[in-house]
Amino acid sequence: MLTERVSIAVIGAGPAGLSAAAHAADLGIPHLLLEASPGHANTIRKYQKGKHVMAEPGALPLRSPLPFAAAVREAVLEGWDAGLAAHRVNVRYGAEAVAISGSRPQFQIALKDGSVVHAECVVLAIGVQGNPRKLGVSGEDLACVQYQLDDADAYRDEAIVVVGAGDAAIENALALSKRNRVCLVNRAAEFSRAKEGNLSAVLKAIEAGTLSCFFKSSCARIEASAGAQRGYRLTLDTDTGEASVACDRIIARLGAIPPRQFLEACGVGFPGPQPTALPILSDQYESSVPGLYVVGALAGYPLIKQAMNQGYEAVEYSRGRAVEPADEPILRERFAPLPFGLTVAGTLALIRERVPLFAEVNPLLLRELVLGSEVHAPASGTVLFRKNDYTNSFYTIINGGVDMELGDEGQQRIALRQGQFFGEGSLLSGRRRAGSALAGAGCVVLETPRREILKLMSSVDGVRRVVDELFIIRAIQSSFATDASFDELRTVAAGARLNRYRPGEMLFEEGAVADCLHLVRSGSVAVLRQLGGRDVVTSYVAAGNYVGEIGLLGRTRRTASVRANVATETVSIDAAAFDQLLARNAALRERIQDTIRERLAANARMQGQTQAGDLISFLMQQGLGEATDVLLINESLCVGCDNCEKACAETHGGTSRLDRGAGPSFAQVHVPTSCRHCEDPHCMTDCPPDAIRRAPDGEVYIRDNCIGCGNCERNCPYGVIQMAAATPAKPPLLAWLLLGSGPGPGGVAGAPADPQAAKKAVKCDMCKDLGGGPACVRACPTGAAIRISPERFVELAHGSDV
Amino acid sequence: MAAMSSIHESALAYRGRRYLWVALALTAASVLAYAWHSPAVPPNGGTWLGYTLGTVAALLILLLLALGIRKRSYHSTLGTVSGWVSAHVYLGLALVVVATLHTGFHFGRNVHTLAYVLMCLVIALGIVGVVLYARYPARMSVNRQGRARAQLVEEVNDLNARALRVAQPLPAEFLAAVRSARDRLVLGGNAWTLLTGRDRSRVVLPGSDGASAPLANPFQATLIAWLGDRLARCQDGEVAPRIQSLLTLISAQRVAIERLKRDLAFQARLDAWLYLHVPLSFALLAALLAHVVSVFLYW
Ligand SMILES: Cc1cc2nc3c(=O)[nH]c(=O)nc-3n(C[C@H](O)[C@H](O)[C@H](O)COP(=O)(O)OP(=O)(O)OC[C@H]3O[C@@H](n4cnc5c(N)ncnc54)[C@H](O)[C@@H]3O)c2cc1C
Ligand code: HEM
Ligand code: SF4
Ligand code: SF4
Repeated sequence: MLTERVSIAVIGAGPAGLSAAAHAADLGIPHLLLEASPGHANTIRKYQKGKHVMAEPGALPLRSPLPFAAAVREAVLEGWDAGLAAHRVNVRYGAEAVAISGSRPQFQIALKDGSVVHAECVVLAIGVQGNPRKLGVSGEDLACVQYQLDDADAYRDEAIVVVGAGDAAIENALALSKRNRVCLVNRAAEFSRAKEGNLSAVLKAIEAGTLSCFFKSSCARIEASAGAQRGYRLTLDTDTGEASVACDRIIARLGAIPPRQFLEACGVGFPGPQPTALPILSDQYESSVPGLYVVGALAGYPLIKQAMNQGYEAVEYSRGRAVEPADEPILRERFAPLPFGLTVAGTLALIRERVPLFAEVNPLLLRELVLGSEVHAPASGTVLFRKNDYTNSFYTIINGGVDMELGDEGQQRIALRQGQFFGEGSLLSGRRRAGSALAGAGCVVLETPRREILKLMSSVDGVRRVVDELFIIRAIQSSFATDASFDELRTVAAGARLNRYRPGEMLFEEGAVADCLHLVRSGSVAVLRQLGGRDVVTSYVAAGNYVGEIGLLGRTRRTASVRANVATETVSIDAAAFDQLLARNAALRERIQDTIRERLAANARMQGQTQAGDLISFLMQQGLGEATDVLLINESLCVGCDNCEKACAETHGGTSRLDRGAGPSFAQVHVPTSCRHCEDPHCMTDCPPDAIRRAPDGEVYIRDNCIGCGNCERNCPYGVIQMAAATPAKPPLLAWLLLGSGPGPGGVAGAPADPQAAKKAVKCDMCKDLGGGPACVRACPTGAAIRISPERFVELAHGSDV
Repeated sequence: MAAMSSIHESALAYRGRRYLWVALALTAASVLAYAWHSPAVPPNGGTWLGYTLGTVAALLILLLLALGIRKRSYHSTLGTVSGWVSAHVYLGLALVVVATLHTGFHFGRNVHTLAYVLMCLVIALGIVGVVLYARYPARMSVNRQGRARAQLVEEVNDLNARALRVAQPLPAEFLAAVRSARDRLVLGGNAWTLLTGRDRSRVVLPGSDGASAPLANPFQATLIAWLGDRLARCQDGEVAPRIQSLLTLISAQRVAIERLKRDLAFQARLDAWLYLHVPLSFALLAALLAHVVSVFLYW
C-alpha cells in the first residue's frame, strides 16, 4: 500500500485549499494537496460557463500567493492553474479523503483508493457542497451511473433513468425529456419536496406521457446487459413487486451528504445538533482536534476571498506564527471612533466581557460577528430605529444605555443598560418594530444584521436560549402591556412552549378544550369556523399577535379552529401560568375580554360571506400569509396593457421584475408573479455575501455586492427573482418621439451593451429609491393594480361579496 | 358579481370622481357665459368669449394629448396614470361643450370644421374605449376562469398531445387526421381574425378517394364531424371506445380553443380602439395647428 509522509496535508483544492498549499509550497514546507475530483476548484468548475466570479467583500484585501480578482470563471480557474505550476504545488487529483485519524504531529489520512497519507498537521478545506448521496446498490459504480448533469442538451435518444424526487431530479428529468426517453424513480407516492412550479410541471409531463415515473419504488440493482439495445438494466423494487428498466444512463439526484458527518468522524466538535451549526474553532481556525485546521466555506466563510485568506493564515498558524488576520485593518477602522482607546483585541475582549450573551461565544465567532456588524456611537437622543420600521437587525449595548419607547403613543418607556440586547422581536418574527429605540448618554451599540445573528444562534446554544427567553418575555410584555415585574414574567415564560407548525397544520380545532393561548412568533395563521359543513376563513392573524385567548380565561372550548398559513412558530402559554398575572391585574382580564368580543363580532360579520372567506383562503394558498406587501390586480379593471410591466422594466435597468399575466386568480383578484416581501424572506437564506436586506419600510432588496450565484433565485418559492444583466439606457422621450431614435419607452430594450456583462439577481424593490411609490401601481391607467399588506385582506374580501 | 373591493379604485372613481366635478364646473361656466354673453355680431370664435373658449379648448386638447407623454414617463411622480386617465375622460367630455360653444355653431367646408369633426371623432372613440374598459375586463376574467393566457394555450396543446396518444393504436387514418388538425391549427392570425375571434384552422382528412384537399376546420368542427361519422360506422368493439375517447378529447379541445379565441378577441378589441384614438388625435393636433395658424393669418 502506498503511503506518503508530509508536514502539512491540505484536503480539498477549492480556493481555501489552493491558497494554503501554495503558501506552504512558498515556505518550502513538505506538503500535499489532496483533491477528490479530477481537477482543482471543483465548486467553481461547476458554476455556469462564463459566470462572472465576483471578489466580495470589496474592502477585504487578498492575502494569498495565488491571484484572485473579479473575472469570468474560466479566467479565474486558469489563473489558479498557472499559480499551481509556478509555486510548484504538490497536488494529487482523484484523491478523496475518507477518514482522518490522530492529532498533531501524527495524522493518518485514508484515501478512497486505499492509500494513506501521514501528516503532522491537516488543513481541512472541503467546502460545504458535500458528496452526492450514492445509490447504495450493487452496480452503483458502473459507468452508466452519474450524480450530476452538466448539460442536458448533450444527450439524445437515450433511455435515461433519473432517481430522486427533489427539485434537482425533476429539473434534470424535464430537461432531458425533450430529447430522450426519461423515467423518474420516486421512493414516495408523491413529490412532496418539490417547488410548486416543478411539481406542476412534472405532474403534467407524467400526465402527458412525455415522462414516465415509478412511484413508491427504489433501486435494487444495476447490471450491464451486453448485446441488448440498451446497455444496462436497472431493477426496481416497486410496491407491486420487482420491475426492470432497460437504460443507457442512470442519473441519481439524491441530495448531498453534508460534510458534518465526516468532520465528526474526524473528532471535530460541534456546539449543538442544529444542521446549520458550524464546527467549534479557535481564533486560529484550529478545531477541537489539535493540529486540524478548518477553513473556507466549511468554517462558515462563504466567499472565495475569505477562503483564500484563511488558507494562507492557517498555514502560518500551523507554524506557530501569529499573523494579523487580513481583516484587522477593517476592524481597526471600525473601532476608531469608539471612546475606549483600545486595540482591536482589547475592544473585542471588552465586548465579550460586557455582554453576557456573548460569554460562551468563541473568539473566532465573536470576531466574525463583529466584522459582519456595524458599531455605532450615536449622540444621546439619536433614533436607532423607529416604531413600525421593518428593519430586522439585532442590537447589543456595549456602553451606556438605550431607551425603548413602547405602546401606542410611546407612553411606556423601558431603560436598557450596558450589556443588554434588543431588536430580537423583528429579527425573529419578521414584523415591524414594536417600539422606537433612542440612544442614551455615552451609548455604543453593535448592530448585527439578521444573517450574522442567526448564524450565531444556530452555532451557540446558549445564545439561542437567552434570546428565545427574552423574546417570550418581551412579547408578553408588549402584547398585554402589563406592568408585571421581569421576574414574574420570567416564571410565565418558563412555562411557555415554542411550537413549530408546517403550512396547513392545525394549531387547534373548534370544540377542543381550550387551555392555552398562542402568541404567533413568525408566520401567520387563519381562523376558521365550521359553517354549513365546510371550513370558512373568518380572519387572518399575523405574527406578533395572539390567538386562542379564550384559553386563558377559565377552561372552555375553542370557538374556532386555527390553521398555520405558512411555516409558523408560536409560543404557547398555559392558562395555569397566566392565572397569577390575571389575578394581580383586573385591567388585563378586561383587555383580553375586549379582544375576544371584537373577534366574535368579526366572526359574525364573516358568517354570511362565504365568498370573502374563500377569497382569503385562496390568498393564503398563494403563500400570502407570509407576505408584508403584495401586488394584487383587479381583473374587472385590468385591460391587459402591461403598462405596469413596462414601468417596472423602464425604472429598473430594462428587466421587469413582475410578470402580470402569470399567476392564478380567484373572484377577479389576480396574484401576479411578483415579490411579496416575505416576513421571513426565503431568498435571504443562503446568500454568500449577505446581499439581500430589508429596508425600514419593509422592502426586501438586493444590494450591489450580489455575486450572482443564483441561490436566491432557487430559494424563493414564488419564482420572482431573475438573473439579469442591465440593458443600455434608452434615448430621452422626445428624441424617440421626434427622431425615432432607439427603442421607445416601454419597448423591448436592446441586448445588454456587453454580452459578457455580469448577471446579478434582480427583484422588486418596491421602487424604494424612486419616491412616490411603486412605479407599476402608478403607471396603471385603470386603477387595477394595487399593493397592499395582508392586514387589509379582510377589507379586500368584504368588497368581493355583496 | 359586483365590481370587487373598495380597495381598488377605478380610474373613473378616482379620488371621489374629483375630475367629474371639475368637468361639470367647466361645462356649467361655459354654458352660463355663452348664455349671458350678447355680442354685437352672432356668436363666433372671433368674439372675446370665442377666443376664451377657443383657448380653453386648445389647452384642454394639449392636456389630453399629454396623457400619452405622462403614460410613458415611468419615472414621473406627477400624479398617477390612473388619475390622469380620470381627468382625461371627464375633461375630454367637457371639451365637447366648450369647443362647440367656441364654434358658435358655424360650420363649413374648411379646416376649422375639419378640426372640430376630428375632435368629435376622437372623443367618440374615447367613449367607445371607456365602454370597452368598463365591460371587457370582467368578461375576460370570467372567460379565463382564473387561468393565465399562457395556460389556455397550454391546455389546447396538451389536449393535442393526449389525442395523438389515444390515436396511436387506432387505424392509421385516425392518427393522420389528428396530426393534420394539429399541424394546421391556427391560434393567432391577423388583426381581423383576432378581432372577430374566428378560427381559420384547417384539416386534411383521409378521403374515401384518397384525395387530400385541406378543409376549413373552425373549432375542430370538421374533425369532430368526421370522428362522429367513423364512430357511427365502427363495428369493432375494441376500436369504438377509443374513437369515443378521441372524440371526447377533441371536443374538450374545441371548448379550450373557443375560450382562447374569445380571450384573444377581447384583448384585440381592447387594444384596437386605441390604435384609432391615438392616430386620430395626432391628426386632430395637425388640424388644430392649421386652424390656429389660419385664424391668425386672417387677422
Ligand atoms: C453558483 C455559485 C456561485 C458563486 N459565486 C461566487 C462568487 O462570484 N464570488 C465568491 O466570492 N464566492 C462565490 N461563491 C461561493 C464560493 O464558491 C465558495 O465560497 C468557495 O468555493 C468556498 O471555497 P472552499 O475552498 O471553502 O470550498 P470549495 O470551493 O467548495 O472547495 C472544496 C474542494 O474540496 C474537494 N473535496 C470535497 N470533499 C473532499 C474530500 N473528502 N477529499 C478531497 N477533496 C474533497 C471538492 O472537490 C472541492 O474541490 C459561489 C458559490 C456558488 C455555489
Ligand atoms: C380631443 C380629445 C382627446 C384627445 C386628443 C385624446 C388623446 C389621447 C391620447 C394621446 C391618449 C394616450 C394613448 C396612449 O398613449 O396609449 C389617450 C388615451 C385614452 N383616451 Fe383619449 N383623447 C381625447 C378624448 C378622450 C375622451 C373624451 C375620452 C373618454 C370619454 C378618452 C378616453 C381615453 C382613454 C380611456 C384612454 C386610454 C388610457 C390608457 O389605457 O392608457 N379620450 N387619449
Ligand atoms: S424574493 Fe421571494 S422569498 Fe424573497 S421576499 Fe420576495 S417573494 Fe419572498
Ligand atoms: S442576491 Fe442572490 S444571486 Fe446575489 S449573491 Fe445573494 S443569493 Fe446570490
